[in-house]
Amino acid sequence: MSEEQKLHDDLASIRSMMERSSRFISLSGLSGVMAGVYALIGAALAYSIIYLPGGPFGYREYFINGLFDKENIPDLLFTPVMTQLIFIALAVLTASLVTGVILTRRKAKRKGQQLWGKTSKALLFQMAVPLLTGGAFIIVMLLRGYLGIVSPACLAFYGLALVGASAFTFNDVKYLGICEIVLGILAAALPGYGLLFWALGFGVLHIIYGTVMHFKYDR
Amino acid sequence: MKVDFNKLDKAFENRIRLQIMSVLMVNESYDFTSLKELLDVTDGNLASNLKALEKEEYITIHKSFIGRKPNTTYQASAKGKKAFQDHLNALEQLIKLQKK
Repeated sequence: MSEEQKLHDDLASIRSMMERSSRFISLSGLSGVMAGVYALIGAALAYSIIYLPGGPFGYREYFINGLFDKENIPDLLFTPVMTQLIFIALAVLTASLVTGVILTRRKAKRKGQQLWGKTSKALLFQMAVPLLTGGAFIIVMLLRGYLGIVSPACLAFYGLALVGASAFTFNDVKYLGICEIVLGILAAALPGYGLLFWALGFGVLHIIYGTVMHFKYDR
Repeated sequence: MKVDFNKLDKAFENRIRLQIMSVLMVNESYDFTSLKELLDVTDGNLASNLKALEKEEYITIHKSFIGRKPNTTYQASAKGKKAFQDHLNALEQLIKLQKK
């Protein structure tokens, strides 16, 4: 090997080590697309459960005209509709996580990076703090009857988690996070359209982000 | 064009040592097992290269226990960081010379 060749190899290995030791770069773009697709299917199912029985605007009128009575909250929380919604949400979450792990493991193997190593642990811990905070916050608010908070808070806390996590993976994740936060605030400003914003944030944005990442890094 | 390789740090001539230093430049500290998995080298190989860097006082070693398992972490020392910077500068100079 010539001296010149060694110089360039040295630089390449410095660069690769600096990146691979501090960032988890095996996140799969395709898993983002799949998570988006699952979210859209889930949102469509939820939409049909909530809105179709009372007409497309039934729930919104119910919500906006103040028929929404705080005294009746316990009834509202423990209805078949709510059980179905929780089931859909869990199914979407599980499907997204399983697909994400499978595709990311495949990419990690190709990149020679540990799936469960120092960088992925740092990434998950960074995300867990805002996500668990948001989750607890949403459950408490739900139990107190603030149903309208679910969608804006999901989007905002998820966005915060992504912005924080971007230090430990692709920098592009930061922009996805900022978009989610903006959508969360818009959803809070426009009550009654939560599900629509949820579908935009978790469905459409994930599909766009995943596609961009796939073509940028996965090929 | 003949270039001057004398400014390059001899300690970083070895690829593994160069990689260890690269990792410790961007991470506050790194443990033995994670380093081993990242660099994909054997225990013995990694240990001897770490020892060489330690001898140069480029890295510091911190031994502790997680439960009962020994956990050894490594940090770049100020001297090591300076040496690595100088090495990078020398590499940069050499590449500039080659381009002419």
